[in-house]
Amino acid sequence: MIETTLGSLGRPVLRAVASVGRVVLFAVAVLGHILRPPFYLRELGASLLQIGWYSLPVVGLTAIFTGGALALQIYAGGSRFNAESVVPSIVAIGMTRELGPVLGGLMVAARVASSIAAEIGTMKVTEQIDALVTLSTNPLKYLAVPRVLAATLAMPVLVATGDAIGIMGGWLVGITRLDFNSAAYLKNTVDFLEGWDIGSGLVKGAVFGFIVALMGCYHGMSSARGAQGVGAATKAAVVSASVLILAANYLLTEVFFSS
Amino acid sequence: MIELHQVHKRFGDNRVLQGVNLNIASGSSMVIIGGSGTGKSVLLKCILGLVRPDSGTITLDGQDVTKADRDAFLSRFGMLFQGGALFDSLRVWENVAFRLVRGPKALPKEAARAVAVEKLRRVGLKPATADLFPAELSGGMQKRVGLARAIAAEPEIIFFDEPTTGLDPIMSGVINALIREIVVEMGATAMTITHDMSSVRAIADTVAMLHGGVIRWTGPVSELDATDDPYVQQFIHGRADGPIESVR
Repeated sequence: MIETTLGSLGRPVLRAVASVGRVVLFAVAVLGHILRPPFYLRELGASLLQIGWYSLPVVGLTAIFTGGALALQIYAGGSRFNAESVVPSIVAIGMTRELGPVLGGLMVAARVASSIAAEIGTMKVTEQIDALVTLSTNPLKYLAVPRVLAATLAMPVLVATGDAIGIMGGWLVGITRLDFNSAAYLKNTVDFLEGWDIGSGLVKGAVFGFIVALMGCYHGMSSARGAQGVGAATKAAVVSASVLILAANYLLTEVFFSS
Repeated sequence: MIELHQVHKRFGDNRVLQGVNLNIASGSSMVIIGGSGTGKSVLLKCILGLVRPDSGTITLDGQDVTKADRDAFLSRFGMLFQGGALFDSLRVWENVAFRLVRGPKALPKEAARAVAVEKLRRVGLKPATADLFPAELSGGMQKRVGLARAIAAEPEIIFFDEPTTGLDPIMSGVINALIREIVVEMGATAMTITHDMSSVRAIADTVAMLHGGVIRWTGPVSELDATDDPYVQQFIHGRADGPIESVR
């Protein structure tokens, strides 16, 4: 009885530990290949386009609506303490430190982790990954490294763009709905915003980009056979990337701002 | 020469290979026959190192394949996969020239394209096909592109995994003739998996039958019809009755 109970508790724990171990080994292998030739620059360029450029609309739309909603909420909350004037600075800090990187990361996770996992999973199911090996090409180097590198490089740019658009969303709502003076709003934003507010968000963006592409590649390459296997890999990639982004965000916030 | 000695491989409880012994002479064309799910593809993948055997040894010209330099070892091989395994994101000529534009002996792009177009012509495809994407081709054309890719770097050893499955009889005949022609012209060692008896007769110098995880019978193709092995006889005549269970 006790043995059965312990067994049923222990098995999922062991499975979880084994999964974490496999992901860590995969991440180490990818990092180990980043600086070693051959370098697939064409694949890196294509990945930058796919992950960075084509994610701009979704990140921009997310940011502009979030910035606008944030301005309304801060105004409503601030009015309880006669602190409506903090709207520009709190919108700017909130966007750059938290919402820009986290929401951008989650949107990119939904768009990119899923597509990477589905693409690589399909390649595995249709023996394209085996074909790469027989053509003397390391699949990890050819498929995973360009995508992970591209996501890590592109995410800070996406976050910076999202920050700017989000702040603009707050400004638009501020001057059209909350009767702020445009110049005063912008001055308030600039005066209270510090370099590290922006820098910390960009660092978070790079980490989230790494997580998104890593999870996409890992689950794609671990995909089981058949359409169901690819579907499960895609779902696992988005869920694990999203959860890891939120967990990493908390840890990074602790490291950057707890003091 | 490729030599397999007591190769075992299992997936969970499924013991796929249970002591395979097989020799493939250099420059010869061997065809592996056997029912679906008997481990023929696993056998090829074990030789290529795509699947690691649980035990046993596989040697190429006397050298253990697991200890050989991977790049040098793989550069001697070409493989036609069952479904073609063409890279969707690359054009046809880029698929064919994939190996030619990479590695220490990489050709310039234009030279690699010229070789790819020549190989496509060799398998009966027009130069206009070179700029299409795999999704724009029919199944038979994809198979031929896969064949062109397998021979593009003129490898010493070529594996064909069910080269005619899913093709009409005429296209099957074309592919069989191409394989035989390529093997003879290039002097390559060929190993083919197929269920198609017309392919066996067109391609093979020697035939081996895999059943129950072991090589059940092997011999020259000329002796295939005369053998009194009941497993071989049932398989080549496609009989439902016999020692091979029809429901596996």
